[in-house]
Amino acid sequence: MNVNYTAEELAFRDEVRAFLSAELPTDIAQKVKLGKHLSKEDHQRWQKILSKRGWYAPGWPVEFGGTTWGPVEKHIFDEECAAFGAPRSIPFGVNMVAPVIIKFGTEAQKAHYLPRILDGTDWWCQGYSEPGAGSDLASLKTRAVRDGDHYIVNGQKTWTTLGQHADWIFCLVRTDPEAQQQRGISFLLIDMKTPGITVRPIITLDGDHEVNEVFFQDVKVPVENLVGEENKGWTCAKYLLTHERTGLAGIGASKAALAGLKRAATRLQSGGKPLLDDPLLRLQIAEVEMQLMAIEMSTLRILAAAKEGGVPGAESSILKVKGTEIRQAITNLRRKIIGPYALPFLEEELELDYDGDKLHEDATPGVAPIYFNMRKLSIFGGSNEIQKNIVAKMILEL
Amino acid sequence: MDFKLSEEQQMLQDTAARQVRDAYPFEKREQYSKSELGFSQDFWNQLGELGLTAVPFSEELGGFGGGGVETMLIMTELGRGLTLEPYLQSVIHGGGLLAQLGSDAQKENVLAEVAAGSLQLAVALEEPTSLYNLADVSTTAKAANGGYLLNGRKAVVIGGHSAGKIIVSARTSGGQCDEAGISLFLVDPSAAGVKRRVFPTIDGRKACELLLDNVQVALDDLLGEEGEAFAALRYQQGRAIAAQAALAVGYMQELCNLTLDYLKTRKQFGVPIGKFQVLQHRMVDMQTELEQATSMAMLAACHADAEDNAERTRVLTAAKYIVTRGARFVAEQAIQLHGGIGMTWEYNGAHYAKALVMIGHEFGDEDTALKAYAKDLEVA
Repeated sequence: MNVNYTAEELAFRDEVRAFLSAELPTDIAQKVKLGKHLSKEDHQRWQKILSKRGWYAPGWPVEFGGTTWGPVEKHIFDEECAAFGAPRSIPFGVNMVAPVIIKFGTEAQKAHYLPRILDGTDWWCQGYSEPGAGSDLASLKTRAVRDGDHYIVNGQKTWTTLGQHADWIFCLVRTDPEAQQQRGISFLLIDMKTPGITVRPIITLDGDHEVNEVFFQDVKVPVENLVGEENKGWTCAKYLLTHERTGLAGIGASKAALAGLKRAATRLQSGGKPLLDDPLLRLQIAEVEMQLMAIEMSTLRILAAAKEGGVPGAESSILKVKGTEIRQAITNLRRKIIGPYALPFLEEELELDYDGDKLHEDATPGVAPIYFNMRKLSIFGGSNEIQKNIVAKMILEL
Repeated sequence: MDFKLSEEQQMLQDTAARQVRDAYPFEKREQYSKSELGFSQDFWNQLGELGLTAVPFSEELGGFGGGGVETMLIMTELGRGLTLEPYLQSVIHGGGLLAQLGSDAQKENVLAEVAAGSLQLAVALEEPTSLYNLADVSTTAKAANGGYLLNGRKAVVIGGHSAGKIIVSARTSGGQCDEAGISLFLVDPSAAGVKRRVFPTIDGRKACELLLDNVQVALDDLLGEEGEAFAALRYQQGRAIAAQAALAVGYMQELCNLTLDYLKTRKQFGVPIGKFQVLQHRMVDMQTELEQATSMAMLAACHADAEDNAERTRVLTAAKYIVTRGARFVAEQAIQLHGGIGMTWEYNGAHYAKALVMIGHEFGDEDTALKAYAKDLEVA
């Protein structure tokens, strides 16, 4: 046992760093570091660069265009990407639907969808939550009725992240209304351009348009878009959620945010001294940094333990809870250190092309919105309370 | 990065686990604790015979050349059995100081015996007002008769009641909290002028207050250079903290298991209390703290014997903080989830809880660790 990086791992880190310094567009990194909104084009530009290098889908099997990286390499890659200000990969295609297609899909589905995810042809979004099905996901009501070679889909999905950009949506739909909750659900791939689909924005409390409602009215979906067996979609859903949770601890993002917090606390002054000279702030930053050190090691440990058996099980719920608490604690401190400048709500200064006068020379307008935006972390991907239920049931067997 | 144990490490863990399991059923522990020695001489001898007391020492000192990971494995098993023997104080802390500072003669005569388990050491650093500050030393050592005369009072020396030798920090120069001017001495507790007030500790061990009244020690009893012990004290405290973290993980594992069993068997309102969500979430929080503590114990183990630098200090300080906090959390929640039974002497869980809280009263508490980490906060 040795938890220090080996020479090979350090060499790999250097390789990733060299790639990022050479290839990550500075305008994109700048936006990420300032907390500005990224356009669809920004994401796609970066995706193409990663794809060209063969690093867009590290978690996939090599035969489909993935890598042979183990958990440590993946961790190093994520951490370096976050440190350099690379945009976080939009997970819905590469990290969510793709693993399900690889595991449960037909050969035809793999051949069709995976290359299009890899080269950025298709932008995916997720159709899980409904107005009446949040934590209790299995109570979903969107109906798919078989009609010859098609399913006819009716219903509504919500909290659909970046659905406004999406070409495709993967949906959990009810195919057998008589069956008990988790049975009778199927996993369907739906082209967003199909007639009968309407996307309506939801503006979140930070003023951002990130999530949407998606309405389905008599939407015709070819039966070959079913993944896995009819009425067995819950198996896919669970498989996907475990994949999702593993990435939700957000270690790389938290480390980058913490570094940003410390830099800001060094720049910003109070009483002629850097804020970081304040003993209470130092203690608060120290506290969160130590927690982060521990959760990073827990993440690596749990991923390494799962290496033989693939994706970790319910242990990833522990990582999600603790990881999101830490990230939220960092955004909380970041908000506090700008004092009254958390109040001005200057949406125009957050726009991509804003080049007017700034209210404050330090980039403050994004801070409070990010703090509010990050409240989502403990809600999405299964709320932290649901994660604790999962641990209680699956690990503790209570 | 490699989280797997080697074959030798696996064997070491199995050996320690087996010994602890056989020697330490709870009723036996009560007997050991209440005996005059305060622990089991038989078990201590076994640790020596099996070579466990020799594990952390280099081969030329008669040891096995084990590092932080080997220490971690032993400590966690000792923790799971809630053992009472002063392994940490004698082998890791005292032995570490001797290995780092000792002369060839001291290593040959004293350390060899420590490694064999035939000599038990204690380390006397705290004083009534030092509160975990290693530099706060009022005990004095004045050159006299070709050696030194020691005067002062050392506080709460764990295992000091039974130690064959006690390593004492004393000031040979400088002011009360100066890092320079601190020296270490090997003191024979039977020497004239040494008085020990022996007492039990709240977690079932034994310790003493060490009163030094014109105690004459020889020049040969000085450990390392006069006045220059501080760096070694800090370094070895780091090793002790790493070992203690692993010990706490052992306590936490067992107490989490006991609590989980209780949630599954204790019935109220017609159902096992583990069916109540509020208690389930509390149990998950305990498990999370155990995961975090386990991670920090591993990280600490892999840095404990490394070169003395800022990175090592950061990791060990963070380990002390995370583990001490987690230990207290698990202890308090375990008592709460057990209800009345958790408050009783006869319930073994209560003794794990006490040991866990006392983690924060040896080698510093969570606040000293937090302040130390904050002071040295790295800004990129």
